[in-house]
Amino acid sequence: MSPTWWIVIGLVAVVIGALVWLYNRLVRLRLRADDGWATIDVQLRRRYDLIPNLVETVQGYAAHEREVFERVTEARTRAIEAGGIRDQASAEDAVTAGLGKLMAVVEAYPELKADQHFLALQEELVGTESKIAYARQFYNDQVRLLNTAIDSFPSNLIARTFGFEKRSFFDIEEPVAEPVQVDLGRNE
Amino acid sequence: MHEQIAANKRKSVLLVVGAFVFFGAVGALLGYLFGTGVTGLVIALVIATVLSVSSYLYGDRLVLASSRAREVSAQDEPRLHNLVEGLAIAAGIPKPRIYVVPEQAPNAFATGRDPEHASIAVTDGLLATMDRVELEGVIGHELAHVLDRDMLLGTIVATLVGAVVLMSEFLMRSWFWGGLGGRRGNDNRGGPATLILFGVGFALMVLAPIAGEVIKRAVSRNREFLADAQGAMLTRYPPGLASALRKIGASPSAMHSANNATAHLWLSQPSRIEGQKLGPMEKIFATHPPLAERIRRLEEM
Repeated sequence: MSPTWWIVIGLVAVVIGALVWLYNRLVRLRLRADDGWATIDVQLRRRYDLIPNLVETVQGYAAHEREVFERVTEARTRAIEAGGIRDQASAEDAVTAGLGKLMAVVEAYPELKADQHFLALQEELVGTESKIAYARQFYNDQVRLLNTAIDSFPSNLIARTFGFEKRSFFDIEEPVAEPVQVDLGRNE
Repeated sequence: MHEQIAANKRKSVLLVVGAFVFFGAVGALLGYLFGTGVTGLVIALVIATVLSVSSYLYGDRLVLASSRAREVSAQDEPRLHNLVEGLAIAAGIPKPRIYVVPEQAPNAFATGRDPEHASIAVTDGLLATMDRVELEGVIGHELAHVLDRDMLLGTIVATLVGAVVLMSEFLMRSWFWGGLGGRRGNDNRGGPATLILFGVGFALMVLAPIAGEVIKRAVSRNREFLADAQGAMLTRYPPGLASALRKIGASPSAMHSANNATAHLWLSQPSRIEGQKLGPMEKIFATHPPLAERIRRLEEM
């Protein structure tokens, strides 16, 4: 074979190699994003499991704070039923807010704050909430990498050919078409 | 960060090669002096091989054992376990094994060959003095070392340097006991032979501080700044670690299990002297930048 042929074969090999690498990178990023989502899911479930225990323990000391208990329990039910990343994120925020109220109630009951069982549950809750936050942080980082790869050249060509889809961030701070509040005449 | 990982792997390989050359040279020298030819070299290379392989596979256990660390379960230390698990999630690595070191000085280190085989150890003093946010900052710093493979390099350094120190002591002692007990009438080489052993042991003892210097170069102090910064990126809260470092600086307790072979692994340089000052030798071979400088950089983030 003439040298020209060798050059052509070499170039083709380089191009194929680059395509394989780009494809594998997309697969890896997608896998990491899936992993991130799975971790969020595990931690959210752990929190769902904690809530009934926590409510029951607090009820033992503060039975008349019914409104707060109902609110948390209801938020939990809604979160479990939520589908789709955006719905899930806003449902979870309601759970977090409910738990925040519950923990504020606890402040008024010194005996409850000294209860060993409650303290263990509280540590579990604080730990789980920070794990949710960290899992969210990790997932969003991965999604950012994946989405960037899907959008940028030349991996966007491969992403389009093989149907890689962008993921949504697990974050209600993202533009969810929220009405803009214009506060007129306040800063005058 | 990827360059950092690659550099650490490269340095680890270089160190192991260096250890081979070093042990080979000692073995060849002993073989030459005793007139046994290549036997000494072969034995030394076998020792170097065993040492390198075991420092890669079991270095973490060695380091943990030498600091008397014991593994703790999630029931024993729920707060610590929760924090480590959370930050491991943020870093996207499996949860490391968790150990506690029975020391009153607040400190921590990470070891293991890769993120899948990592361990984090904290002292009793750390658990007692730090609040949740500070502890989180410290764990973040240690996890950054895990991510960067700093702990692979650090652990290999610790075991190899530890081996040199051990060998020098062994040779010095064999002279001492050989001199006292005597190998009367054993053979006429006994006298000069033990002297040679002493000489080599002494040379190694002199080399140990130089090995310390090597550690200082290999385990550059910049990586502490880097781990501080990366840890803060994981926790997204630099003041946590800054406040932890301030508490560590104010703590007067000495680290009893610290030694020159493992000093570079710890979060802040351990001192064997009661009161917060480092000894003169510890200062010369400082493995860590001053706490005040680290705190200042964290506060500027």
